[in-house]
Amino acid sequence: MSDLSIQSGGFPWLTAVVFLPLAGAVLLFFVKDAAVRWTALAVALADLALSFPLFFLYDRSATGMQFTEQVAWIASPPINYAVGVDGISLPLLLLTTLLTPLCVLVSWRAIETRLREFMATLLVMATAMLGVFVALDFVLFYVFWEAMLIPMYLLIGVWGGPNRLYAAVKFFLYTLAGSVLLLIAILVLFFQGGHTFDILLLSKAGYSQTLQNWLFWGFFIAFAVKVPMFPFHTWLPDAHVEAPTAGSVFLASVLLKMGAYGFLRFTLPMLPDATAAFTPIMVGLSLIAILYGAYMALAQADLKKLIAYSSVSHMGFVTLGIFALNAQGIEGALMQMINHGITTGALFICVGIIYERTHSRMIADNFGLANPMPRYATCLVIFALSSLGLPGTNSFVGEFLILIGTFLWNKAAAVVASLGVILAAAYLLWMVQRVAFGPTAGHSALRLSDLNWREMTIMVPLIVLVFWIGLFPNPLLRVMHTSVDHLIEQEDQENRALARRDAREMRERREARDGHVAQVSLKANNK
Amino acid sequence: MTLPLSDIQAVLPELIVVAAACLVLGLDPITPQSKKTWLAWLSLGSLVLCVPITISQMGMRVSAFSDLVVLDPYACFWKLLLYLVSGLTILLSLAYLKAERINLGEYYGFLLLSLSGMMIMVSAVDLLTIYLGTELMSLSLYVLAGFKRFEARSLEASAKYFVLGSFSSGILLYGISLLFGVAGSTRLSAIAAAVANRGLDDPALVLAMILLVVGFGFKIAVVPFHMWTPDVYEGAPTSVTAFMAVASKVASFGAFVRVFLEGLGGLKANWYGLFLVVCIATLVLGNVVAIVQTNIKRMLAYSSIAHAGYALIGVVVAGQADTEGAVRSAGLSSVMLYLAVYAFMTLGAFAVVAMIRKGGLEGEEIEDFTGLAKRQPIAAFLMLVFMVSLAGIPPTAGFIGKFYLFLAAVNAGLAWLAVIAVLFAAVSAYYYLRVVMVMYMRDLDISAGLAPRFASSPAMTVVLACAIAGVVILGLYPDPLVWVTSFAVLPLK
Repeated sequence: MSDLSIQSGGFPWLTAVVFLPLAGAVLLFFVKDAAVRWTALAVALADLALSFPLFFLYDRSATGMQFTEQVAWIASPPINYAVGVDGISLPLLLLTTLLTPLCVLVSWRAIETRLREFMATLLVMATAMLGVFVALDFVLFYVFWEAMLIPMYLLIGVWGGPNRLYAAVKFFLYTLAGSVLLLIAILVLFFQGGHTFDILLLSKAGYSQTLQNWLFWGFFIAFAVKVPMFPFHTWLPDAHVEAPTAGSVFLASVLLKMGAYGFLRFTLPMLPDATAAFTPIMVGLSLIAILYGAYMALAQADLKKLIAYSSVSHMGFVTLGIFALNAQGIEGALMQMINHGITTGALFICVGIIYERTHSRMIADNFGLANPMPRYATCLVIFALSSLGLPGTNSFVGEFLILIGTFLWNKAAAVVASLGVILAAAYLLWMVQRVAFGPTAGHSALRLSDLNWREMTIMVPLIVLVFWIGLFPNPLLRVMHTSVDHLIEQEDQENRALARRDAREMRERREARDGHVAQVSLKANNK
Repeated sequence: MTLPLSDIQAVLPELIVVAAACLVLGLDPITPQSKKTWLAWLSLGSLVLCVPITISQMGMRVSAFSDLVVLDPYACFWKLLLYLVSGLTILLSLAYLKAERINLGEYYGFLLLSLSGMMIMVSAVDLLTIYLGTELMSLSLYVLAGFKRFEARSLEASAKYFVLGSFSSGILLYGISLLFGVAGSTRLSAIAAAVANRGLDDPALVLAMILLVVGFGFKIAVVPFHMWTPDVYEGAPTSVTAFMAVASKVASFGAFVRVFLEGLGGLKANWYGLFLVVCIATLVLGNVVAIVQTNIKRMLAYSSIAHAGYALIGVVVAGQADTEGAVRSAGLSSVMLYLAVYAFMTLGAFAVVAMIRKGGLEGEEIEDFTGLAKRQPIAAFLMLVFMVSLAGIPPTAGFIGKFYLFLAAVNAGLAWLAVIAVLFAAVSAYYYLRVVMVMYMRDLDISAGLAPRFASSPAMTVVLACAIAGVVILGLYPDPLVWVTSFAVLPLK
């Protein structure tokens, strides 16, 4: 790429999409108190509108990055402001821009103190998250990756629940400690990969097995904490429970995806040999996460904690799909990332809505809501069914592909993973049974109002997506196809080499056996 | 004997600063109490005068006074940084001194004298001249530390600083005398030649080197010579603490690096390991002990110790034997970059601390920041940025500083050292963020006695604006500073 290049019609699409929320956050400090909500919503919707054409303009047949922009940022060492999207990052980018206005709407009444600062923090957060998905320079990526910590820390710590200080500090320290090693790994790559921070060039460089193994663990800690993979998941339940609803949605729907995205964007292409070597460990950790998360979710009395642990389980499927290292697994993982973003985000919104009414997140305090709140109960049931992967809903597509991918890799692993699906059905259906259809509990004295127009506005697009992806996954899959194929090429070369070796060994063994048989028969004949 | 004009020109900025200091001290008795601020403006004016002179001298490489001082880009870089720090300290002091009722003219006089000592330190290439510079700096700082004469804590700080400081100066002098015995001269170039002749195993050289490490280690406050720092930083007036934490550390690093690379460069193999141990010990102790502090000045004192540890990483890289000159230069320039960044963020943090008042006193407990975000959103936000920058989180200057240090370390094959450093950077986030937590996430309990106030003034606003501009602009666009530091770096072979 040249020193300064802006492709695709000259309009810097991605820069505009990434930095519009930041500009909006600044703007928020210059509007009247009454206009804060509407301004934030307008900015978030404008960003969504701006990102929407990308889905149609994106060339589905081309490999490589699209809508790229590159401007020199720091001369020595060469660091560029380089952005672009491919089939892996585009869906995540769109997911983020879609969820931002919904988060603004969710916080419409729920946030009562320092609303201006809250909305500004939310928009800053959006910029940082979008930046992570479009960055094509490793340092730029790291800047966005880390910059996101401060607004999230404030979201949890300032507007969170009773135990928010503990949760905020835990979140911050966990994720920071995880990602500082990533910085060193990036610097080592810089010197080993030809003095560049360009992610695409670094992916092509090729590194020795020993170096790859070291870098793998450097990357792993950073990404595994974010995903979160077992045993680095302990920050998640605390952060989720204490965060305000919008914070939980951002956490579950986008933040967790950043870890999985890191595996797909960096670990797989840059460190193929190490990835192949450590796949059994990664799959093992994913399986533990699937079962342990689901098992923990069964035991929760707090709705938010239940969904938090279900996230651990669902993200276990994502990492399982990634490390199955075949097209089905990775496409399934990508689908699952998007679906988890939609469904779990929606479930957190559901919890937030009921918390605004009954001021409790306990399942025991929220029995039997189907009677006073039929619309709410319908939404809850739809999202719960989607979360457990009912055919026809979005999650089914992702989980099914992941299970196929895993089956191709190792049948036993696929069997264990399917147990997670069953457990998911157990904890989600049990939750729905109590919350929607249980006997009416202590809140009967409260007059619970059903979803209002604002809340329906949040729910409808999410429900549409649940069924649209569930019934017609192809438009989304087509966006991913070329990039995923491109991604597994390197892995494939590895696999093909292994397959060739296996075939050769089989042939040799067979020849040896045939030779032996021939000799035996020869001897028999001689006798 | 006549002095050639070129020698005078070489030390023109020093002369201006000394002259201004004398003028301030002389005018002080005849200046009425209400007009003391004029002396501050006079001091500031002298600094403003020095800036263009030093910039114009930036490209030169001349030695003056028969090789006692040198005028090279390296010296000019540190001088410019020192002007900036001193200028901001003067602005910071204006309102602070009035509030503390210690608005005396001597304050600015001693500040300038201290500055002139620092300027001599960074431009001297003779050990005795460097010693004179450190003494001029330190003696003025001893006085400044005890400037709150009526407060026992301030006097204690001053006395402790004086006793320990004199002791360390004695050790430094002893090391210098040993080197003189070996080399027959105190010129760095002569010492370098003697080192080359005598080799690594000469016991006198090794002993002298150890004594110099102790002497300079005290000035830059690295473990295990850091004991004085928290007490002195806590007791001294906050404006003086800011000046000590930044200016004296910057100048001492400037002199220290020059002495060890130019004079004792041949002993790299000997001092490299020593520095490595000191560096790691400083990182560990500074960051861990800062966690338990409740007084923000003490916390920033330990944080300044930890930052000296980070800067030492670059010195270690610059002192690595069998390494290319370019790699070592990158280490040294990353130290310069780091200290420049450190100056902005630390001054900013101290400026906010100096503005918190509780009753007639300073509010210097971390608790006094409780709920600041509600009462003073802008000040709280600035403090947030300074804390984030001190923790080294992007997109602030603190990240850029650490980035270049770690880049240099990884390039020199010291990735493991960088790993230790980043892990302790993550530890440091805990205590920096505690300030943010107190400001943003706790509400002030008004029933509990006096509420801390926030005293802002126009001069203070300028200080904060400069500090935040430095932290943000250098964080987003560090290119100019990177260029200057790589231009001003000492030539390393």
